[in-house]
This record gives sequence, C-alpha cells and structure tokens, in this order.
Amino acid sequence: MAALETAATSVPEDSFVSDASLRPAFFEWLCRMGDNALILGHRTSEWCGHGPVLEEDIALANTALDLIGHTQMWLGLAGEVEGEGRDADKLAYLRDAMKFRNLLLVELPKGDMAVTMMREFLFDAFHYHLLTWLADNSKSPRVAEIAAKALKEVSYHLDRASDLVVRLGDGTEESHRRMQDALDLLWAYSGEMFVGDEVDAAMTQAGIAPDLESLRGEWETTVRDVLKEATLAMPAEAGFVHKGGKQGRHTEHLGFILAEMQFLQRAYPGASW
Amino acid sequence: MSKKEWPLWEVFIRGQHGLNHRHVGSLHAPDAEMAINHARDVYTRRKEGVSIWVVPSKEITASSPSEKGPLFDPAESKTYRHPTFFDIPEEVGKM
Repeated sequence: MAALETAATSVPEDSFVSDASLRPAFFEWLCRMGDNALILGHRTSEWCGHGPVLEEDIALANTALDLIGHTQMWLGLAGEVEGEGRDADKLAYLRDAMKFRNLLLVELPKGDMAVTMMREFLFDAFHYHLLTWLADNSKSPRVAEIAAKALKEVSYHLDRASDLVVRLGDGTEESHRRMQDALDLLWAYSGEMFVGDEVDAAMTQAGIAPDLESLRGEWETTVRDVLKEATLAMPAEAGFVHKGGKQGRHTEHLGFILAEMQFLQRAYPGASW
Repeated sequence: MSKKEWPLWEVFIRGQHGLNHRHVGSLHAPDAEMAINHARDVYTRRKEGVSIWVVPSKEITASSPSEKGPLFDPAESKTYRHPTFFDIPEEVGKM
C-alpha cells in the first residue's frame, strides 16, 4: 500500500509536459540541462583511476556519477516532452555533436587538477543558484522535483569544490600559479552561462526557468568570496565571451568525448549488460 | 624523490540514531575537515550513516598483542560475567 502511494505521487501532474506550443523550447532547454550534466560528468569521470590520491579519485568519481544521475532525469523528461519515443539513453548516445546543447565550459579538456576543480567550481556556483531557483520557483512541478533532487548533491559539489579552490589557491607557490592560470583560462567561458536566447526567454515567460542574467549577481558574489579567500585575482570582466554551445556550435573537443562515449551504442546498437 | 603522504585518519560512522559509532576504516587527508569530506565520499555513498567521526590514527593508543594473555585470558571460563540472566525490557531498545 505504501509503495502504491509512493508510485502514485512520484510523478506529479505537469501540464507543461504535454503543452504543444511550448514543446520545442522546453525540449531544447531540458537538453541543455541534461547535456551540461552529461558532458561535465563525462569529463569528471576521466579522472577515474588517475586521481592524485585515492580519496580524491573516489570523490571525483562520485561527482561524475551524481552528474550522470542528473542527466538521466533531465534527458528522461526531455524525451517525454519531445514525445517521439526517445529516452535518456537514446538522447545521450545517438545524437551528433551539433545536437548537443551543453555550455562550452563543460566540454573543455579536463587539464590538470587546477583546471578540473576551477571549472567545477565556476559551474557548480552557477548550477547551485540555478537549481535553487528551479526547486523553489519553477511553475513546472516536474522541473522543480528534479532540481530539488539534484540540488542536494550539487550543494555538496559546491562545498567541496570551494574548499579545494581555497586550499589550492592559497596553497603552495605552484598550486597558486596553476589555479590562477586555470581561472584565467576558464573565465572567458563562464559568461555563456548567463547569456540567454529565445529558448531561455520562452522558459522565463512560462515561469519554468529564471532569467539567466538575474543569476549573475549571486554567482559573482559566491565566486568573488571564494576567490578572495583563495588569494586568487578575479579577472576583469571578460570582453570576449566564448559561446555557442547552447545552440550546438561546439569546440573541437566535444567530438572526441562523443566518440568515446557513444562508440559502443553506435557499433552495437541496443547493446545492454 | 619521496612523496609526502597526508596523515592517516580512522573513520567512525553512526549507522542510525541510537547506535554507537563504529569503526569502518581509514583514509588519508591533510586535516580534519577534509577527512570528513573524504569519509563522506569513501564510506557513506549508500546511506550508511547519520554521523561521522574522524580521529588522527596517531592519537590512538593500542594494546600490545604480546599482552594479550594477561589482558584477556583471566576472563576465560567465567561465563557468570556475561549478563545473560537478565531480560531486557523492550522499552530500553538497542543496547
């Protein structure tokens, strides 16, 4: 009986899911949410077995698994909204690079630990504020539910990443230099998180997602506080912002990720184990 | 060149409220705060606990194996020392 009740309440009613006029934008937006988690999760998983110490190796693998879990929820809902029989696996494994909607920031190579942790930190701070808004305010109950689930894990990701940014930034001469280099490299990619387009405008209009520009202030506060403690110099406002990932214009790096990630399903369609 | 290792910590986890913390293993971390984070990542991925303790391994004093006899043998064949003759009231819960 208890199980039945749980099953009945596990998928809340959500009229947005079957709203045909909203479908193209909602599907795009869900792919963006899912693809950010998928590609960052894949990048993070590249450390598995290569971490500098066993404990960090496990922590990174856990983070990657959390993100892949979020991917399943976002892309699962994307498939439902699209209504053409594609599930999360099909969306993850059978789309080509131009159909991916992740930010350029998350597809950059993992680099050293400084680049990995600085990238995670910059994204986590954005992810945290975005999910907080979605969990509290989204008019789509399904979106709010996924966001609330993901937020618990992302809160920990942000704590952990902030802690390591401070330790490495305010660490040795070498770790400080590497963290500053990583920050300077990634800074011009962070702007894309706050650049909205017509998809974002439609989501904001429907009350499903926030105006991205409105998250920038909170993000900057979080980032500035941590960088200050880490004795790292926050770069000046980036004059040039690398962008286009959200619309499917990617760096040359994404193809290599997909080649590795999609190989098995492409070579052996439908394989499972 | 020898690699400098982080100090070792012993990890104790309380499985659920009302139970004692139990030793689950050890790990390396530069300080207590990171030891807690590492313990969370290494030992509590499957909802194993409600509370974590970490203790620097070097702070633990262990009995010497060579003193095993004097320490423990005198208790042998003294079954009356086990409180097996009492019924524990249900309200007491876990002991």
